[in-house]
Amino acid sequence: MDATIKKICAGDVRMASRLIRDIEDKIPEAKAKIKKLYAHTGKSFIIGITGAPGAGKSTLTDALIEQLRKKNKTVGVLAVDPTSPFTGGAILGDRIRMQRHAEDAGVFVRSLATRGALGGLSQSVGNAIHVMEAMGKDIIIVETVGIGQQEIDIINHAHSVAVVLVPGMGDEIQTMKAGLMEIADVFVINKANRAGAMQLHTELEGMLNLSSKATDGWKPPVVMVGDAFEPQTFAADTAALTNKIEEHQLYLQESGKLTERMHRKAMTEIHDALRDSLFEPIVNSLTTSGEMKRFAEKIKNRKTDPYTVAEEIAQRFFKHQEEK
Amino acid sequence: MPERTIRVMVAKPGLDGHDRGARILARCFRDAGFEVVYTGCHQTPEQIAAAAVQEDVDLVGLSCLSGAHRALFPRVVELLREKGAADITVIGGGIIPEQDIPLLREAGIKAVFTPGASLESIVEWINSNIKPH
Ligand SMILES: Nc1nc2c(ncn2[C@@H]2O[C@H](COP(=O)(O)OP(=O)(O)OP(=O)(O)O)[C@@H](O)[C@H]2O)c(=O)[nH]1
Ligand SMILES: [Mg+2]
Repeated sequence: MDATIKKICAGDVRMASRLIRDIEDKIPEAKAKIKKLYAHTGKSFIIGITGAPGAGKSTLTDALIEQLRKKNKTVGVLAVDPTSPFTGGAILGDRIRMQRHAEDAGVFVRSLATRGALGGLSQSVGNAIHVMEAMGKDIIIVETVGIGQQEIDIINHAHSVAVVLVPGMGDEIQTMKAGLMEIADVFVINKANRAGAMQLHTELEGMLNLSSKATDGWKPPVVMVGDAFEPQTFAADTAALTNKIEEHQLYLQESGKLTERMHRKAMTEIHDALRDSLFEPIVNSLTTSGEMKRFAEKIKNRKTDPYTVAEEIAQRFFKHQEEK
Repeated sequence: MPERTIRVMVAKPGLDGHDRGARILARCFRDAGFEVVYTGCHQTPEQIAAAAVQEDVDLVGLSCLSGAHRALFPRVVELLREKGAADITVIGGGIIPEQDIPLLREAGIKAVFTPGASLESIVEWINSNIKPH
């Protein structure tokens, strides 16, 4: 076995984090490493935590780590924060809330920047999950960036998605459309000590009773989590949340839905790999050769149209493949 | 070869809870195009070193206003070495008397910025001294 792969499978944090870095930086060798690593992946349970900015996702993740460690589970965390579209820089601040676990060898927290991805995650998250899977983490928690309704890529990566809502933050159910509400396997009403929590709960239950999910074998439970600054009640509430997620895991296993989700995940991975192996190299080569600019000029001046350009590029590419 | 993004960590070891300066620094690093992991206040050297390895940063910037830098900064360097992560550069800043600088440099702190240092000069130092892993 490749020395790096061997070390990662033995749980080496430094090697693992470096490989994640190579994936993020699109170092060509990283792809070869993932190929070798792949046979060792796929055994962890992946939990997604998503919700609006400041809803308390990182604070909840920290509490989940605590609960899972009590059950002797090893935990990996991938915490995603947004990249500035102007400077390319990012402040990765989720970790602040989880630092008390920094020295626990059973916990590995890695922050990721979105680097331009729009779905609430980073393009690298799928492979970063694989690296943690190969390390043998029992549970991997993925915290998305603070999202609106449409940034729901987490559904393609997690087995169980917790959507975090907060009363009085404009999270009124009537205004909630498709997207966020449909991806939840578990709802959390966070900061539930605040006014409006009961009303939010009632509205949510009302909505869930009408939705198709009610008859689907798993009706997403609504878990109330009170003030994070009240340690005792917060621990009890987050223990209840952990139990609900574990119930969902059991349901997925027993109902056969887990294989369905794994199939969906595999489809996403093929799409992503195609983008990496097909789309990006073509775009990159057109950009470096300066052709992209010339095409754009022509389209701008209405000498041609985007479809003709795309067809020309596709034809050229397929011909190139045949010659090979 | 694709270009790597510089990853840095800003950490506050010790007991003082004033992290305004550290936050300003973190924002300034973001604006310089770095990915900045911020760990907050009251960090032990052990927590800082563990986080730096988990995050695979190129550089750790330590900020300390409490006067405990003489013990805390060198300890971070030492712990990184123990973890086989001596290639992570450590720099420091805060309220640090001139006469402490040689001691810190000796201990492996690659640069020390005193309160007079401009934010630009720190960014410039990183850009010319840090080659991402
Ligand atoms: N009062 C109160 N504040 C909370 C609670 N949970 C979290 N907070 C605070 O809310 C703020 C945001 O919490 P985070 O856990 O960082 O929220 P987040 O959803 O991860 O935020 P982003 O990642 O930036 O989207 C912090 O200042 C927390 O201290 C709570 O139960 N009650
Ligand atoms: Mg967060």
